[in-house]
Amino acid sequence: MITIENVNKVYETKTSRVVGVDDVSLEIKKGEIYGIVGYSGAGKSTLLRCMNILERPTSGKIFIDEVDLLSLSNKELRKARQSIGMIFQGFFLTSSKTVFDNVAFALKAAGVPKSERKDRVLELLDLVGLGDKANQYPAKLSGGQKQRVSIARALANNPKVLLCDEATSALDPSTTKSILALLKKINKEFGITIVIITHEMEVVKEICDKCAVMQDGQVIEQGSSYEIFANPTKPLTKQFIQTVLNFELPEQLLESCQGTLVQLQFRGSIAGDPVVSDVLQKFPVQGNILHGKVEYIKDTPLGIFIMELLGDQQDVNNAIDYLQQRLKQVEVIQHA
Amino acid sequence: MLDRVIEILPELNVAFIETLIMVGIGLLVAIILGLPVGILLYVTDRGLFLENQFVKGVLGVIVNLIRSIPFIILLVFLFPFTEFLLDKTTGPFAASVSLSVAAIPFYARIVESSAREIDKGVIEAAIAVGASPWMIIKDIILPETKPGLISGLTITAISLIGYSAMAGTIGGGGIGDLAIRYGYYRYDNTVMFTTVIVLIVLVQFIQYLGDFIAKAVNKR
Repeated sequence: MITIENVNKVYETKTSRVVGVDDVSLEIKKGEIYGIVGYSGAGKSTLLRCMNILERPTSGKIFIDEVDLLSLSNKELRKARQSIGMIFQGFFLTSSKTVFDNVAFALKAAGVPKSERKDRVLELLDLVGLGDKANQYPAKLSGGQKQRVSIARALANNPKVLLCDEATSALDPSTTKSILALLKKINKEFGITIVIITHEMEVVKEICDKCAVMQDGQVIEQGSSYEIFANPTKPLTKQFIQTVLNFELPEQLLESCQGTLVQLQFRGSIAGDPVVSDVLQKFPVQGNILHGKVEYIKDTPLGIFIMELLGDQQDVNNAIDYLQQRLKQVEVIQHA
Repeated sequence: MLDRVIEILPELNVAFIETLIMVGIGLLVAIILGLPVGILLYVTDRGLFLENQFVKGVLGVIVNLIRSIPFIILLVFLFPFTEFLLDKTTGPFAASVSLSVAAIPFYARIVESSAREIDKGVIEAAIAVGASPWMIIKDIILPETKPGLISGLTITAISLIGYSAMAGTIGGGGIGDLAIRYGYYRYDNTVMFTTVIVLIVLVQFIQYLGDFIAKAVNKR
């Protein structure tokens, strides 16, 4: 649905040259929810803004639904943008227009005749749960409600793609959850491809099928969200994952540990198997769970546990081998 | 003293209407020409959707040029132009010509700066839904700047009252002219004070009205 080929964005002034996006290529499939993660200044927002040419790439190609956006005339580009919805961290509603008119504007921009706008606007407001707020002005709405209006506006012309620029970063955690749930619903019901820029790993965990991590304008790691969470390879990715899955053990505990410390990863369906009780029955070792958590990465469980194994060294080693066989994801983090 | 005021009343009436004519025409031209110039100055600025350094530059220089000429000099300078347009250089309509010329860049700059107050994101959001430049101007920029446009009109009107007094002295008529003729040339303080009070009331009224409307249309 979205193909990005070797996109560069360089900001050049007389005195300086800043690289915003550095040779990024991505492929986002139809119906996917794709997250792009990075700290501020990593270029993720610039990359997103290239996807509807709010920002013109210095070089490279952008295809949306096989249309080469950079080859379009201004008029064609305006038409193309109607099938690319966008929502922002700052909502950016028109404060002088009612909720109804804010949404109706998108239809007007697409040339929908006035007589057809009303029903569509009310339908959209119902979809985002603001059916009763049609005549309010944005100043009267909460942040979450404003974002719902902007989602309604972005969906007005039945877009194929929805771009979300830090759409939940200005919202409190519970509002964030409800907005993410709404995005998930939109993705499911209408099959709209969603691209989400965020610095919150929680957002990726909650709804993204795939994600890319950006640093200094480059994509340093990408893959399914589950793989990224289970197996982050780059230090920055690990840092991000830690905001959700933090397994730091207190120093004192590490020192006082007598057994072997192993970190076990339970992936997907195996999280339901009684692997720990099996290993304790099969081998004459004692197990002591020090830390653990099961996270659901877009509804698939990922369990991580840190266990201390006590007993005869040979038995412990055998137990670890057994665990390795069953789980495939066992790491010894401290030997006895 | 009251007798003197009553005596001058018919003349004051005429002068008041002349002032209203001059300010009214000036404001009308400010809206018809100053508003588009102001919007054009804004949308052709760097980073905006009709960015055009040439238009912005030329327009900016013209606006600054007119703004930098003291009004009294502009008045005299425009005599030939006024004569060409109206075949005369006296009376409120003739004075309106130079008042209008001064009002256009004055209001244009106010329009430009109130348009700058709009969050760029709001305009980007409109671009992102595929709106045309004209639609963004008509449906986003103008409604969003409405309170600023109205307070700007208030400021322009009050400045024009001041300018109209100057225009009055060289044959334009109006309250300012009355004040100079009687108060200054004939040392008639009663008339001078009366005219000053009329001007104060007029300015206050315009300011109140402007503030009231600006507040009423502000949905922020």
